[in-house]
Amino acid sequence: MTNRVMTVLTAACAFFAVGILVLILGYIAAQGLSALSIQFLIDTPKPIGEGGGIGNAILGSFILLLISSLIGLPIGIAIGIYLAEFGGRGFGNLIRFIADTMTGVPSIIIGVFVYTLILAMRDFAPDFPQFTALAGGIALALIMIPIVARTTEEMIRLVPVSMREGALALGAPQWRVTLGVVLPAAASGIATGAMLAVARVSGETAPLLFTAFNNSFYTYYIDDPVSSLTVQIYNYAISPYPEWHAQAWAATLVLMTLILLINIVVRYLTRQKF
Amino acid sequence: MNQTPIAARPVVADAPRATSEATPPKISVANLNFYYGKSQALYDITLDIPPRQVMAFIGPSGCGKSTFLRTLNRMNDTIPGTRAEGRVMIDGQDIYAPGTDVVALRRKVGMVFQKSNPFPKSIFDNVAYGLRINGMSSSKNDLEARVEKALQNAALWTEVKDRLKTSALGLSGGQQQRLCIARALAVEPEVVLMDEPASALDPIATQKIEELIVELKRQYTIVIVTHNMQQAARVSDLTAFFWLGKLVEVTATEKIFTNPNQKLTEDYITGRFG
Repeated sequence: MTNRVMTVLTAACAFFAVGILVLILGYIAAQGLSALSIQFLIDTPKPIGEGGGIGNAILGSFILLLISSLIGLPIGIAIGIYLAEFGGRGFGNLIRFIADTMTGVPSIIIGVFVYTLILAMRDFAPDFPQFTALAGGIALALIMIPIVARTTEEMIRLVPVSMREGALALGAPQWRVTLGVVLPAAASGIATGAMLAVARVSGETAPLLFTAFNNSFYTYYIDDPVSSLTVQIYNYAISPYPEWHAQAWAATLVLMTLILLINIVVRYLTRQKF
Repeated sequence: MNQTPIAARPVVADAPRATSEATPPKISVANLNFYYGKSQALYDITLDIPPRQVMAFIGPSGCGKSTFLRTLNRMNDTIPGTRAEGRVMIDGQDIYAPGTDVVALRRKVGMVFQKSNPFPKSIFDNVAYGLRINGMSSSKNDLEARVEKALQNAALWTEVKDRLKTSALGLSGGQQQRLCIARALAVEPEVVLMDEPASALDPIATQKIEELIVELKRQYTIVIVTHNMQQAARVSDLTAFFWLGKLVEVTATEKIFTNPNQKLTEDYITGRFG
């Protein structure tokens, strides 16, 4: 009887959570589809009444995610490996504590932190660009690093000791055991952690307001201000125009679809082969 | 020096019994004490293991036989806070001497674990792993030949030759354990340590492993920890009885099971305690 009650109770909670999620996704799709068109995905923003699109914001988001992943994933994974394989009591615990604290820091603080660094740089070099894609990418990377580090550590710890011993007993040096046996065994878990981090930062707006800023045009230069889907959504959403509101919904739909696609691709690439 | 092909080594069909003084011991342990932190696990162990014979370690759980086995390839080094005192000589070299190359030691002294621990890789890559990390194959053909020979030596070749590229984790428990033996044999060790290699296997798989052990002693020095006294009687030439971290006696296997020197040994073997 108790078993029954618990099953029903937990199932009800699960349905409730999934139901809310489906409602959100459904509402976004319903609101966003009307303004969605090929032209919308290619165009740059235009004044009210002239249409316009989010092509530059999509590209900008990709650039920001690329920069932040290139910086954040290797550093985060390296920290995770260090914590799991070599990080003993004192220093390891210190890093763990800092990482856990950083995970809880509001993301706008990270943005302000990078912004402050840039302002300090400009004291020395007045030509140093104030708003850049690079700064935005670094801010996002700072958010990713602690998440990636802690999930990587957890995943590596899940690899059984017996597997390490098996490799050590064959005369493998420690670093080869880590790279050749432990990391591949933990790869899909690490990739999941990395995905979580990428998904988390791809929804970030606040840290980009002070760093990447925004840009009404296409740009490929990492020392230019760059547009992003989230900041574009924010700008459109706080505007008083229904047309821009519709565009904000459409951009939201695009953002969610992109995150879903990235997730599927990475899951496919890192699926457990053996 | 370990590069000599297996076939080039002299094959001794009828190894002399342990009582023979003619051959120097392969492994010679003198006054070995071993500690996990402050608690002492081994007390003053002195023991010689002759080449190309099978020595079995028996004794109740927690008597130190596995710990002792793991001192022979310094596998205990991986456990923080452990310490060994005394001498362990292999081929006249003290393996605890400062500056000892532990990686080279472990290649020379292979190990098979209680729980089979194949890597999450293909069958072929499992056996090839040790060859690759030790740079032991000159070409792809050579690598394939060595893998085949190792699998044949472990009596596994005919069962897996058509599925070498499939996951090692798809093998049965007994096959996985023989794969781990093949993996250990591939790097051409001189000594093979086995820590209860058949304890998790069914009787048929156990029989295969035991036949394999008897076959392998033509070329290798084998040390096996076992809880199964019939197994010790079937496969070993010499048996050492451990009790509470002390070596009680070491004698020819048929003698220890029929007419042991110590009352304690007799009590254990006849099942009066333990």
